[in-house]
Amino acid sequence: MTNELTNIVVEVMPRFEGYVYPNEATQQPLWSILIVVYPYVTGLVAGAFIMASLVRVFNVRTLEPVYRLSLLTAFAFLLCAPLPLLFHLGHPERCLEVMMTPHLTSPMAIFGFVYAWYLMAVLLLELWFDYRHDFVNWANTTPGFKGMLYRLFTVGVLDTSEAAVKLDHKIGHILSIVGIPSAFLLHGYVGFIFGSVKANPWWGNVLMPIIFIMSAMVSGIALCVFNYMVLSWVRRKTVDMKCIDVMAMFLFYALVVDAAIEGLDWIHRVYSAEEGFRIMQYMAREKLFYTLNLGQATFGTLVPLILLGVLQLFRQRFPELLRRRMYFISSLLILVGVLAMRWNVVIGGQLFSKSLRGLMGYKMEFAGLEGWLMGGILLALPFIILTVMVKLFLSEKLPSSGVPDTDAEQAI
Amino acid sequence: MSNQLSRRSVLGRIGAAVAGLLAAPAARAAKAAVQKVFVTSGAPKAYDPAKHEWRMAIDANRCIGCGLCAEACKTENHVPAGPYFRTWIERYIIAKPKPDSGEARGKVFVDSPNGGMHGFPELPVSKEEIQHSFFVPKLCNLCERSPCTQVCPVGATFDAPDGAVLIDPHYCIGCGFCIQACPYGCRFFSPLTKTAEKCTLCYHRITRGLKPACVEVCPTQARIFGDLRQALPDGPLQQFYQNNLVQALKPHLGTEPRVFYAGIDKEVR
Repeated sequence: MTNELTNIVVEVMPRFEGYVYPNEATQQPLWSILIVVYPYVTGLVAGAFIMASLVRVFNVRTLEPVYRLSLLTAFAFLLCAPLPLLFHLGHPERCLEVMMTPHLTSPMAIFGFVYAWYLMAVLLLELWFDYRHDFVNWANTTPGFKGMLYRLFTVGVLDTSEAAVKLDHKIGHILSIVGIPSAFLLHGYVGFIFGSVKANPWWGNVLMPIIFIMSAMVSGIALCVFNYMVLSWVRRKTVDMKCIDVMAMFLFYALVVDAAIEGLDWIHRVYSAEEGFRIMQYMAREKLFYTLNLGQATFGTLVPLILLGVLQLFRQRFPELLRRRMYFISSLLILVGVLAMRWNVVIGGQLFSKSLRGLMGYKMEFAGLEGWLMGGILLALPFIILTVMVKLFLSEKLPSSGVPDTDAEQAI
Repeated sequence: MSNQLSRRSVLGRIGAAVAGLLAAPAARAAKAAVQKVFVTSGAPKAYDPAKHEWRMAIDANRCIGCGLCAEACKTENHVPAGPYFRTWIERYIIAKPKPDSGEARGKVFVDSPNGGMHGFPELPVSKEEIQHSFFVPKLCNLCERSPCTQVCPVGATFDAPDGAVLIDPHYCIGCGFCIQACPYGCRFFSPLTKTAEKCTLCYHRITRGLKPACVEVCPTQARIFGDLRQALPDGPLQQFYQNNLVQALKPHLGTEPRVFYAGIDKEVR
């Protein structure tokens, strides 16, 4: 038996196919570009932090040149993470109620706490302990306003004795260890917000938090590769090839796991073919064709997998310049691909009716709170903050990877 | 020995009195807070939600699709114009199968133009080709295990003790999570208040002994409303439960809807 879908919703007729509940026939989805940007930015934070902890916790010394850059990246993006959420609220002035009177059965209620924990207890402290010694030195050597800033950042702790510095490192190490589960929590929980919605077959999925964590790691590492290469280019420095080779290796393995889990998710959906499967199939073929099949699967996953995979197998056969270009393109493709993935999850989940009888359309506006422009600004903002922080806190001469090639693999 | 015991019991009593004194204002404050919520919901002060158990039931066999209920609801509750509905009517038309198609049924047509508020357009198939056609009024399903109240980050939407599922408009932050979590599309984001909105069973009316607006205007009594705690054994609601085999919508989601339907088909979701 075939269900033919009729198209009779009076208000905005051409945008709907089949039957959608009258309340779903709105001009644009309830959660649009801002909620796409939110998990994307949060994921970049978690991923960049994992990148940094590879150095601190797992002692991958080859990655030393990007340690501080990764931490600063995580910090800059974390500062911007709650903005899209805040802007999309109907009543942003009531946002603090989420922390003052949290409703504990809500996955969203915990965000305030997870965010505050991650920002205050993990990232900010880790950065401070890592930088304290430098702050004291810079405060003594830098004149003017910048020097005053550094003095302010020391918070009056000026002890640079060996014991004090050792303690800094020890606490930093502990914070890194605490930070890894925290980063997983931060982003796994974002996945749970979507995964827990049983009303929506596109979202309600037990794998969702894991998919979010893995894609976060992939996108975060890709962001660090991207930032490091851009920074080197801006500063006219040579890229540390050992470091970037190892970064790309981690990126490749994370991408393999990510692709495997997302593939598993799709295999399960196709095989079990539950109630909403037909409409999801239709969406993948029509509504999300470009962002899902091309953006997320082909250019966001498959092409970087091949590029990075080939470099893992035949690294020595590629000259350095070509390798660098391939890394750069891969990281860029992954960054766009993961953004497409967030789009597919958030927007895709709202393009079909919960009656499973029809589809909604979505044409994004340019200006306005939920438009292209706003999305662009929110994505650009962390990069601007990062630029300022790099200027202030990242010395021109990055530490070198300083270990021969083979040690890099041994260290893992 | 007895002295000691009595001293202990006296101390105990004093302790209890102090605890009572300390607890009383807290309890009063809690009661006042609850009361305040019910006042924002439109209930009169004397209304005690613990003494009622409101239910709506739908007899789809009786619905003629006139749309008065949807219209009355919009007017009564100042629901914004446009695609925003606290209640609406769906029309289902199941065509006969084509001869020799080997199928039990033909195509299924579903529509709800403007929530069915102003009736329905011409049939998409000729009368002779119809196997079944019926109307299904929809409203909040008053779930026993409501996913919408579960996900609210601030507890602005809640299950009232009398069976209604309400939203405190002065507390809702407008995140829209409840709208995503409702499997039945019963909630919407009001462009006027910038908060989530939904059917309250006309809380301002039922707490004053009136029927919800949709029930009041229904010419065929397709909507049956009552109070399980204070109804006569042969009241309309009890008779509905007695005389019909009922269905709930999307039972596989485990939301345990408390709105029961009689006379609907498997195509209804």
